[in-house]
Amino acid sequence: MADMSVAAPRSRGLSLPRVNIRAVVMVLYLGFLLLPIYWLINMSLKTNSEILGTFSLWPQNLTFDNYRTILTDPAWYMGYVNSLIYVVMNTVISLTVALPAAYAFSRYRFMGDKHLFFWLLTNRMAPPAVFALPFFQLYSSIGLFDTHIAVALAHCLFNVPLAVWILEGFMRGVPKEIDETAYIDGYSFGRFFVKIFMPLIASGIGVAAFFNFMFSWVELLLSRTLTSVNAKPIAATMTRTVSASGLDWGVLAAAGVLTIVPGALVIWFVRNYIAKGFALGRV
Amino acid sequence: MAKITLDNLAHSYLPHPKSEDDFALKELNHVWADGEAYALLGASGCGKSTLLNIISGLLRPSQGRVLFDDRDVTDAPTAARNIAQVFQFPVVYDTMTVRDNLAFPLRNRGRDEAYVAARVQEIAKMIGMEAELDQKARGLTADAKQKISLGRGMVRKDVNALLFDEPLTVIDPHMKWALRTQLKSLHHQFGHTMIYVTHDQTEALTFADKVVVMHDGRVVQIGTPQELFERPAHTFVGYFIGSPGMNLLPARIEGDIAHVEGAAVPLGHGYGALSGKVEIGVRPEFARLSADEGLPMTIRRVEDVGRHKIVRAEVFGREINIIAPEGEGIGPDKTRVSFDPDRINVYADDWLVPPMAQRSGPVGEAA
Amino acid sequence: MDKSVNNKAWFLVLPVLFLVAFSAVIPLMTVVNYSVQDTFGNNQFFWVGLEWFEEMLQSDRMWNALGRQAIFSAVILAIEVPLGILVALCMPKRGVWVSVCLVLMALPLLIPWNVVGTIWQIFGREDIGLLGYTLNMLGISYNYTQSSISAWITVVVMDVWHWTSLVALLAYAGLQSIPDAYYQAAKIDQANRWKVFRYIELPKMQGVLMIAILLRFMDSFMIYTEPFVVTGGGPGNATTFLSIDLVKMALGQFDLGPAAAFSLMYFLVVMLISWVFYTVMTNLDKRGGA
Repeated sequence: MADMSVAAPRSRGLSLPRVNIRAVVMVLYLGFLLLPIYWLINMSLKTNSEILGTFSLWPQNLTFDNYRTILTDPAWYMGYVNSLIYVVMNTVISLTVALPAAYAFSRYRFMGDKHLFFWLLTNRMAPPAVFALPFFQLYSSIGLFDTHIAVALAHCLFNVPLAVWILEGFMRGVPKEIDETAYIDGYSFGRFFVKIFMPLIASGIGVAAFFNFMFSWVELLLSRTLTSVNAKPIAATMTRTVSASGLDWGVLAAAGVLTIVPGALVIWFVRNYIAKGFALGRV
Repeated sequence: MAKITLDNLAHSYLPHPKSEDDFALKELNHVWADGEAYALLGASGCGKSTLLNIISGLLRPSQGRVLFDDRDVTDAPTAARNIAQVFQFPVVYDTMTVRDNLAFPLRNRGRDEAYVAARVQEIAKMIGMEAELDQKARGLTADAKQKISLGRGMVRKDVNALLFDEPLTVIDPHMKWALRTQLKSLHHQFGHTMIYVTHDQTEALTFADKVVVMHDGRVVQIGTPQELFERPAHTFVGYFIGSPGMNLLPARIEGDIAHVEGAAVPLGHGYGALSGKVEIGVRPEFARLSADEGLPMTIRRVEDVGRHKIVRAEVFGREINIIAPEGEGIGPDKTRVSFDPDRINVYADDWLVPPMAQRSGPVGEAA
Repeated sequence: MDKSVNNKAWFLVLPVLFLVAFSAVIPLMTVVNYSVQDTFGNNQFFWVGLEWFEEMLQSDRMWNALGRQAIFSAVILAIEVPLGILVALCMPKRGVWVSVCLVLMALPLLIPWNVVGTIWQIFGREDIGLLGYTLNMLGISYNYTQSSISAWITVVVMDVWHWTSLVALLAYAGLQSIPDAYYQAAKIDQANRWKVFRYIELPKMQGVLMIAILLRFMDSFMIYTEPFVVTGGGPGNATTFLSIDLVKMALGQFDLGPAAAFSLMYFLVVMLISWVFYTVMTNLDKRGGA
């Protein structure tokens, strides 16, 4: 009782500036994130002579030529198409094999389950650099070099373990009684899995798909090593163009901006699940 | 410990409430006497949590004042009100030991270690957790954790009030009873002002000196368990308290006679002219099966609950319940039901109507 | 949850097993194969035993790369984890701003890694980059292609830019799972801000923070693309981390034997450290769940 009159104004006084400090930190952090991206967009809207000639915070002669170059030249835009093809293939393959495995890990104990789980995770820890050369030789020897499926399969190396890990987390949250009730109601395993179980962990599947998309989309080392012409991803197109034709900064920046777009779209669609998704269902 | 006064209090979650319906908590004046144990009883969404949050300072009321011992604390933050609260699920600091958990509120207030140690020991004994003092709180059972939060509430001697927000929800049924008994004996021993929010009438009636029944954002009655039972001030209280709840029959009142569908029912007191929806209410405990006396009735079902039988019956097409003693024979001759005239309450538009002679007296003390 | 013993569950794991065996075990065998042989071209190999391993263990090159790698991972963990927690604490708790913040924060995570490199390559240049130009205008000498210090700062700041959001999002998810009652209890107990963080928020974030640290450690230890694009490992060897060195050796110089031996030891180190993390994590899980 005694400290009431003293404490009241003091803690009120403290709570007001704290709101501001939080906002200031957020603004500074988001500014730090957005500034380099802004600079990239800024460059993509300038001509090369302006980039190299003058230093300006925004385009003096606004031009869309850089984008026009990319969207009209198949050597450029096919890079995007190739990337999207193998990313989607990889996501589908990873989820298809990861779903039953995650179910097994979340529901049963079986011989060697813990070792197997850790072994799967170790593949997520495998440096792609270690695998670049062996992959190149493996896929060349079976005639899959420079195909989309080769990149999709190679990305399974780290995406399948990740998908198993995420899905297992979500599946653990579904009570086992649901499985048992379904079996009592006469569902076969397959029908139960597709009709009842998968809708229950739909958000988990979404999150796993998001992560698979993300890691496959951003990876460069393996996708560059395993392709030359027909399946060349946009990321590789960018590095090669830079080294071959000198430095066409404007086009390079425009190509970079266009690689951000698919990711931004995906984030926008999953924005309400991001927080839970990044916790991999383990919160 | 303190007396808590709610002065003209009301709260709406809307910024500009227009009608009375916009208020989650309708205007309320009440004094919580120092050292008494109150239960705040009502169905979910009736405004009892809103009221509790206003008292604890988590919510600022949109009108009115809250006073602790005549000191206005309406704008004081929670920390300054010196209250303690036990939440629906156990809130303990997982990484601390039980001892540190109990000492936490004292250390934060800068009490010296000797005092803290003595006080913690005392509280641990009170809640029966001396043996676990050096264990980490993580890994204890839900009821042990709930005891810790209770202990943390009581560790400060000068605490103004102890608030409980449905504290037994996650506790096993057999532990509920033990904890409740412990709470009650702690209250007798130390005399804290306690406010206990619950939707369980048994909890409310066994714990509290006074029960505050809330319905639809309004306090409908404040009274001892006995008053709530005998003289429900509102038909909701009659329905909500007791199992089964009070029987209600539409009636027309003339002096000390109620006419139910043309049949006369004698009342214990006389009443003046009444308007609106008029009903008589009588508890199943005060209704008797009879062969020749009272209103005609058809028995639908008999449930034997051990101590007594609950007879589910129909009077003029309305369902009523009658409690019959275990030994009473329920034969085909029992075709009527009679009520104890002194135990019949009269309601106009759901509110209790006091009898003529006592009209000026407060409702709660009529019984 | 109690799991029942059922060895038939192996059938459910088989597809994963085949796929991962194909994409991990076979290539790994190739690596092992190279690591114990030498070649003069023409696909003629002969057995050299552990020579490559010995050579690599004695070469300064690998130890230097490992040292740089360890410092890099330690530095970025030391910056990203506290910064990520700070950002998570400053995130709005509800309302429209939550979505805005989440989307903007997640943006760097979905940019292809070489584009991340490109962005910073452009941003940092002293002639056309906002950062480089501004710093040099202010009289601070900064040039990531010539000065090792500038190169290091660029690579570290780039990684902080790229990955802090991951830590922040994980920590935020942990914070979101704390019921309001905990904060109310803390107010009632008159706990100050530090104590709320130390005794409520940090314990609840423990699990997700372990995931964050594990992921950030693994990925930073394998970093290749971003510094490669910006600095190409230079100036000199200043930013030549393990993966960059390995790719130089394997694909650049085609020194298959040493590269393979290097790979295996590299993989082993990552696995060993990750295993320690994993064990600590599962132990914490058990203690938390008890």
